[in-house]
Amino acid sequence: MSSGAKERMLARAARDIRPGMTVNLGIGLPTGVLGHLDAGLPICLHSENGIAGVGRQLPYAEADRNLIDAGGAYVSPVAGTSYFDSAVSFSIVRRGRLDLTLLGAFEVAMNGDLANWMIPGRFSPGPGGAIELAQKARRVGVITMHTDKSGRPKIVERCTLPLTAAGCVNRIYTDMAVCDITPEGLRLAEIAEGVDPDRLQSATGAPLLMPEGPIPTF
Amino acid sequence: MRSKTTPMAEAVAAIGDGASVMIGGFGVPGTPFCLIEELARQGAKELTIIKNDANEAGMGVDLLLQNRQVARLITSHIGLNANAIRLMNAGEIEVELVSQGILAERIRAGGAGLVGIVTDIGLGTPLAKGKTMLSLAGREAIFEPALTADFALLHAERADDFGNLSYAATARNFNPLMAMAASCSLAETETLVGQGQMIPEAVHTPGVFVDHVMELAELPEVYHVVRR
Repeated sequence: MSSGAKERMLARAARDIRPGMTVNLGIGLPTGVLGHLDAGLPICLHSENGIAGVGRQLPYAEADRNLIDAGGAYVSPVAGTSYFDSAVSFSIVRRGRLDLTLLGAFEVAMNGDLANWMIPGRFSPGPGGAIELAQKARRVGVITMHTDKSGRPKIVERCTLPLTAAGCVNRIYTDMAVCDITPEGLRLAEIAEGVDPDRLQSATGAPLLMPEGPIPTF
Repeated sequence: MRSKTTPMAEAVAAIGDGASVMIGGFGVPGTPFCLIEELARQGAKELTIIKNDANEAGMGVDLLLQNRQVARLITSHIGLNANAIRLMNAGEIEVELVSQGILAERIRAGGAGLVGIVTDIGLGTPLAKGKTMLSLAGREAIFEPALTADFALLHAERADDFGNLSYAATARNFNPLMAMAASCSLAETETLVGQGQMIPEAVHTPGVFVDHVMELAELPEVYHVVRR
């Protein structure tokens, strides 16, 4: 994936973060969305380790040793930041106070199942907060490359890996498309400029429902 | 009220072989590195360690792992410590992986004198395997037992000698929960003040939950900003 396509994907996901939202950005690709948010956008960023009101990432020279996000990056507070313990932090998650979480994925299925925390026999670092975020945020977006390094689709009919949560995903942002999980199935919402719909379908492991009329691009 | 200042070596000496020990911290902030180093120096074995994460190789709880002092680790994430993953895969330590907020809530329940919690987190995932399932008012749920421990090792920014504690920024994390859940809580603090010198409204952990408090003469490098 070219860096241009990746940045376009992150910028597209950023456009769905609206004023007033409380948002959690997962570790990895989703954190990259930060770079595409208007600094003045009135949102509250939550991080699992006990902050509501996460500011920008800080270089080492400016870092506070006691202030990191859940991914371990040094961050700044903002006006209105609060700190709390881990039980309170996950009360925010499980009580449904997150309007949106954006998460990475190993596999995401056409029915909204998400697998992003375990590859049996190869990768089992523990779930961290992923299960609770996926299961309880009011809206779950997945940010992922459309295919893996070997070119295999990451959007599939059924997940083969252990699930993070069943039926939790609402929208998928990739370098090639934006797709919505709907009761009818996986619906193409937008296509990346220059991507052919047939090529998109062949890179997708599940049938894509086409939008009415011309396909919007991003 | 009585003073609970205790020399670190004396307080840690009570931790014997087979003890269960909760350790605060999420990454570097809030991790009591000096208490962990003292536990590594004194060498109690067959420990059950309860900690959010396994730190990184070469620091914090990894010292106990490298010393083969740990029989069992209850944690939410060990992905930043290749040594912990290797020990788990080799079967040298038993690892119980728990969803992070459920780990926090099981510890909170232990500290609140509850038997456990009932949750829908993890239904349909490998984390539900082998657990007691309940059906309540038509909803399926998992019973998760409360967690208590013999000891808790905590890191505070400020404490008085009764053991009232406050934490800096994201160094709070699991510390206040573990203080409540352990039978004996040991708190290292960056600054120790006399009783009356902390604002009561700014106390995060009431001293009634703390058994020993000790001031760090200096903060070793491991507490400072890490360059990666």
